[in-house]
Amino acid sequence: MGIIKARKLGYDYFEYEEEGKDPEVVHAIEDVDLDIQTGQFITVLGHNGSGKSTLAKHMNALLVPTEGTMWVDHMDTAEDDELWKIRQEAGMVFQNPDNQIIATVVEEDVGFGPENLGVPTDEIWRRVDESLQATGMVAYRKQSPNKLSGGQKQRVAIAGVMAMKPKCIILDEPTAMLDPNGRKEVLKAVRELNQKEGVTVILITHYMEEVIYSDKVFVMDEGRLVMQGTPREIFSQVEKLKELRLDVPQVTLLAYELRQKGLPIPEGILTIEELVDEICRFN
Amino acid sequence: MIRDITIGQYYPADSILHRLDPRVKFIGTIVYIVSLFVFDSWGYILGAAFLIAMILLSKVPFSFMVRGLKAIVVLLLITMIFNVLLTPGNVLWQWGILRVTTEGLVLAGKMGIRLVFLILGASLMTLTTTPTKLTDALEKLMRPLKKIHVPVHEIAMMMSIALRFIPILLEETDKIMKAQMARGADFESGNLIKKVKAMVPLLVPLFVSAFRRANDLALAMEARCYHGGDGRTQMKPLRYQRRDGTAYGILAVYLTAAIVLRILLGW
Amino acid sequence: MSIQLEDVTYTYSPGTAYEMNALDHVSLEIPQGQFVGIIGHTGSGKSTLIQHFNGLMQPTSGRVLYNGEDIWQEGYSLRGLRFHVGLVFQYPEHQLFETTVMADVCFGPKNQGLDPEECRERAREALSQVEIPEELYEKSPFDLSGGQKRRVAIAGVLAMNPDVIVLDEPTAGLDPKGRDEILDRVRYLHDTRGITVILVSHSMEDVARYVERLIVMSRGKKQYDGTPREVFSHYKELEKIGLAAPQMTYIMHALAERGLNVDVTAMTVEEARDSILKALGR
Repeated sequence: MGIIKARKLGYDYFEYEEEGKDPEVVHAIEDVDLDIQTGQFITVLGHNGSGKSTLAKHMNALLVPTEGTMWVDHMDTAEDDELWKIRQEAGMVFQNPDNQIIATVVEEDVGFGPENLGVPTDEIWRRVDESLQATGMVAYRKQSPNKLSGGQKQRVAIAGVMAMKPKCIILDEPTAMLDPNGRKEVLKAVRELNQKEGVTVILITHYMEEVIYSDKVFVMDEGRLVMQGTPREIFSQVEKLKELRLDVPQVTLLAYELRQKGLPIPEGILTIEELVDEICRFN
Repeated sequence: MIRDITIGQYYPADSILHRLDPRVKFIGTIVYIVSLFVFDSWGYILGAAFLIAMILLSKVPFSFMVRGLKAIVVLLLITMIFNVLLTPGNVLWQWGILRVTTEGLVLAGKMGIRLVFLILGASLMTLTTTPTKLTDALEKLMRPLKKIHVPVHEIAMMMSIALRFIPILLEETDKIMKAQMARGADFESGNLIKKVKAMVPLLVPLFVSAFRRANDLALAMEARCYHGGDGRTQMKPLRYQRRDGTAYGILAVYLTAAIVLRILLGW
Repeated sequence: MSIQLEDVTYTYSPGTAYEMNALDHVSLEIPQGQFVGIIGHTGSGKSTLIQHFNGLMQPTSGRVLYNGEDIWQEGYSLRGLRFHVGLVFQYPEHQLFETTVMADVCFGPKNQGLDPEECRERAREALSQVEIPEELYEKSPFDLSGGQKRRVAIAGVLAMNPDVIVLDEPTAGLDPKGRDEILDRVRYLHDTRGITVILVSHSMEDVARYVERLIVMSRGKKQYDGTPREVFSHYKELEKIGLAAPQMTYIMHALAERGLNVDVTAMTVEEARDSILKALGR
């Protein structure tokens, strides 16, 4: 059993449309089975309202399933006793960089998690130093978060989670509000954590370029897990992705278009280099 | 105008005053304010000397401090004019019902000095202390109140979150205002009722946004295991150093001197 | 009808240590009916630039002209200008405030002094142009989905019947579906209404697909100004100022380097495909 596992996971809530009317039951997620191994880099795709954020909140016990079970490191998230342990082991980074920084100084914000966990002062400092180092934010430690760029703020948020020494980190569209440079910056930080520190990463996004480095991709649609596989496997199915109204990286799309026109290029091309090599074989 | 208010602003520098324990600075400010009301005449020279010494120690440029005074110039002038004109006594100059008395001038002078010193003293505290440290100090100093069920930790947490979000919300106000102006909103002309009504397109989005932020923040804090003050440790716990003891000593000497001068010499 | 900037400089906090030129001697002219893209990274001055178009910001030096008239001259109605030059800010859904979608979209026309029936007429037209179905008109704007909210907010500006619409990153934070919906609507508006569209974007792929003219801002200066094809031919210089060209540009250049006779100015997937097939003789 992996670090995060879900069996027949479902989450329903009531939507109160108008007064007097009976509330409507909304199935935010339905019948999701997944098993994530320690050290993996996972990407979750899906358009807004597909249930991917709801799924993410289950991994951190911010939501508890109404059906099925979710385990984080063998702990059932429905058990109240394990709540803080689960949240410490599965850290979470949110979309809006401004709304998740609590303190007025960068380093103090990074220390917020460990403070809550009751970590001794000396150890907090050690962890803050390490986390700032790991996210490349040491130079900004004394600054006010308000003076940072979006990408830097998200790196502070990631450092804040890292200081809790989590086993996995869940990022809920961390780049949605950033410009291209900020996106690159955050993605680089996340990949480094995964590779150097061995932290399991679950990245929720709708930027296809961010997918190609992951070990495994999950695609959500209408609350269900509709596709899973390696990026190459997922991006070989251009038609299905289009049907789900998801983007395909431009390189993959060009390869697909060329194949449609009869050029025998293999499926699931992900990088410019791959495509250029393939095309040049025909010259 | 708003930008000129230096009270509440922090001026990053490395000085002995910056390094002092925030509790010392908080108590020191109170002691200083008390002393201003103890003095009556020449004592203000002592007050001025103490203030100047502190400003020099703080390494905060004097011009930066004075900028904070600009915002209260109006208040200062009003107070002084009222004091000059309304104090009965030895009339120096009269025009209709307006008259200037010796006592009035003296009183206005004292009020002016008190107000200026008070503002400078209080801003010296905020200029040399980060908001976080200040809230820490308050939390610690108010700790005894916890026994009578005052939620000291929660109050301090709310204060520090407010400090973090005030600049963000100010910026947001500006943005929404511009966005509505781009749709032809007019925030300036018209009578009071019209002006109040014109605020609706500004205030509704602002509240919606503030609630959304509060909700996001609560979620983010929960995700980072925040569960109140119990069992919480601190990254920067307040610990008194030797210099803080010295500072308390100086404060005690200063206050005693102020009282003694007043009682013995009537300063 | 055109927007003209003559040697415009805008300085933040002049006379202090924080003094900074957000705009540095920028001159440009945007004729009526053009579809213009503005790119530049955060802090390049593009937000400051667009706020000069409708007089929300006043240049420190230089002139801003609309239809040849200096908008900062004595007696010029800036409020009137804002009805002609509609500005949609980033995350425009954050300015919705009315109880119904209809009332919110009517806010602009109402400020123009139109009578209620005319306002509703304008609102209906604008809402249908951004494809908001009629059954949502009387709903609270706060109950809509993210993409819908944003389209309602855009309709709020459109309903003023502007001659120019400036959109500051209209697709920020949306999913691919929402992104395409918004941009297709914007193109439709440009084509049917004949209005000038000024699109601020971070996505090179988007500007390559939609705009006819591209202005690149960097450090408050106008770095490039030309067709996307011309601008992207400077892809190496663009990288130096923290920007990039569309992915296709890189592919085409890589292929050309390997000796394939492709059109290096191809920007979209379709253009690239056709050029590659032609080069391969298929």
